[in-house]
Amino acid sequence: MTTTDAAAQKPQGSPPGPKLTGVAPEGQARVHSERRILTPEGVPLIFQLAQRGERAAAVMIDLVIMVIALVVFVVTIAFTLSEFGIEGVAIGMAILASFIIRNFYFIFFELRWQGQTPGKRALGIRVIDRKGGYLRPGAVFSRNLLREVELFLPLTLIFGVGLGGSSGWVYFLTLGWVALCLLLPFFNKDRLRAGDLVAGTWVVSSPKALLLDDVAAGARRDQGSAVVLDPEFPFTRSQLEIYGIYELQTLEEVLRQRGPQSGETRREVAKRIQRKIDWAHGDRAARNDIEAERFLKAFYAALRAHLEARMLFGERRENKYAGKPGGKTGPNGNGAPPGKT
Amino acid sequence: MSLAPKSSLKSYEFRREREKSWRELEDMVRRAEKRGLKSLPAEDLLRLPTLYRATLSSLSVARAISLDQNVLNYLESLCSRAYFQVYGPRASLLERIASFLRYGFPGAVREARGPILLATVWMVLGSVIGFLLVQGNADWYYTFVGWDMAGGRTPAASTETLRSALYDGADSAADSLYVFATYLFSHNAGIGMFAFALGFALGIPTVLLMFYNGLTLGAFLALYDSRGLAWDLVGWLAVHGTTELLAIVLCGGGGLVLASAIIFPDRETRMESLARRGRAAGTLIMGAVLMLFVAGLLEGFARQLVTDITARYVIGGTMLAFWLTYFTLSGRDSSGRERHYDDD
Repeated sequence: MTTTDAAAQKPQGSPPGPKLTGVAPEGQARVHSERRILTPEGVPLIFQLAQRGERAAAVMIDLVIMVIALVVFVVTIAFTLSEFGIEGVAIGMAILASFIIRNFYFIFFELRWQGQTPGKRALGIRVIDRKGGYLRPGAVFSRNLLREVELFLPLTLIFGVGLGGSSGWVYFLTLGWVALCLLLPFFNKDRLRAGDLVAGTWVVSSPKALLLDDVAAGARRDQGSAVVLDPEFPFTRSQLEIYGIYELQTLEEVLRQRGPQSGETRREVAKRIQRKIDWAHGDRAARNDIEAERFLKAFYAALRAHLEARMLFGERRENKYAGKPGGKTGPNGNGAPPGKT
Repeated sequence: MSLAPKSSLKSYEFRREREKSWRELEDMVRRAEKRGLKSLPAEDLLRLPTLYRATLSSLSVARAISLDQNVLNYLESLCSRAYFQVYGPRASLLERIASFLRYGFPGAVREARGPILLATVWMVLGSVIGFLLVQGNADWYYTFVGWDMAGGRTPAASTETLRSALYDGADSAADSLYVFATYLFSHNAGIGMFAFALGFALGIPTVLLMFYNGLTLGAFLALYDSRGLAWDLVGWLAVHGTTELLAIVLCGGGGLVLASAIIFPDRETRMESLARRGRAAGTLIMGAVLMLFVAGLLEGFARQLVTDITARYVIGGTMLAFWLTYFTLSGRDSSGRERHYDDD
């Protein structure tokens, strides 16, 4: 087995018993849509399944492009060829073009761009093989041939053409079949449509992440071997033991925030953290944007150093509720970012 | 350790040491994504796997020691992008099409010979039943052959009309033949793909489609046979029919492959078995669509232009011989072993 159900493995650090305690809803959703592919090097790569809405939007974009391409092509052909008085060839070309665009648009792009079409590229999603490796032509063929019954049949049904002869129960049978196909992605946790089932593929989101500056850049170790970014903000060990990884990474997000609201958010967060850790060195941070940022950065660096050191000893503290007797579940079982408590 | 090292945040230090090679890989991957792997200079191509492996090991270490979300996300995304470049297809699209024709398609046909045979049996059964029923009572003809398809070729038509339907066409303008050919192709290919896709519904619609196709064929045969024109009809059909019927049967076979993967998953789960066999069937159908394109050309042009019955038999027979040779021989080495394409 090269693929594993990530949901069954994560999160390692959460306490036994009620699962996923203290992980915020969006964190939970992330874990549920995580899928792993084992590289030949033995390191699993983690992918997030694409949202159903994203996929629908990508198909819409592709359909619009197909229609535009077809219209442009047909109009051009009609104008150039009718000049020479050979309408027959023009009609033939139009039929051929519509056939090729309808059936080979997806196949061509997914082969060419390794699982992406213009629509998928716009939405930042791609098709990958569930077993890893590159997308084989056979998989691209079958997943797109199935569109015939999943996508084009419903479309013809909606526009009421193509099934002129059949009526009554045949119509309802087809309607049921179409509904089944359309709803299939909602009834399996991998969000597979029939084509994905047949081809053994997943559709995952493929964001291009940028490497930003480290928030904790410049941290030093002082004489007492504690990590310090800013000597004006010393933290004790017990102050660093309050929060966990989830809170640390939320703090990272807060520190990376830009925009008009970010200063106020940081002041607010600084105030709450200071209250929570019994900060005894004045409350400048709560009033001044620059001071708030300095405080939060210092706290972030110290907390990260602390948690990373614990991690090296095999102790991953997932969030602030983890490993606390009696504190297994937070308010409503949700972990809140540091600023909200 | 005691004398304050430059930085002590291990994850930061870790990132500082490796960042340069990550950036280098990122740049390479970006160029490869934009203009293809082939656009990279030779020294970059040589460095790509090394950088990829180094970055992958960075990712693995970072997961264990770093809590910098941005670094983790970055490495995750970079590694997967590089992974698809490093383990992506090495051949160009043209080379892949060539290998599809040489190994992929004939190999898929051989692999699916059982289901293809089954589809053929249903079609033959349909024709025999259609033939016998119409022979017994000509009224059945109207049940099996729709009005649009009959095009005036009904039991009520005179023998002369029926004969002329087979041999007319030589006078048609090349213009309209073109329309005819493309129409036939897209119509038939549509049906073929449909037959495949319907295999997903446990293959029942596929079998029905094959059977119904056979009924129509048998009904036509019976009609022409009753006027002593059976051999003329076979010759007329043979021009394109050997290619077209073969392709339709391949599509039906592909549909049955899907069905059998769902019904008889063997030792795999249904999902796995469908995924594995579904791809092979996809290759099969793509080939069949190409065959239908050839059939469309034969039907649109050759059949209308060649009215000599012997010539028709020769064309049809040659095509049949060609396809059968192609399916049995292509993609195998001299000892008959299967050669795999796509290094899969």
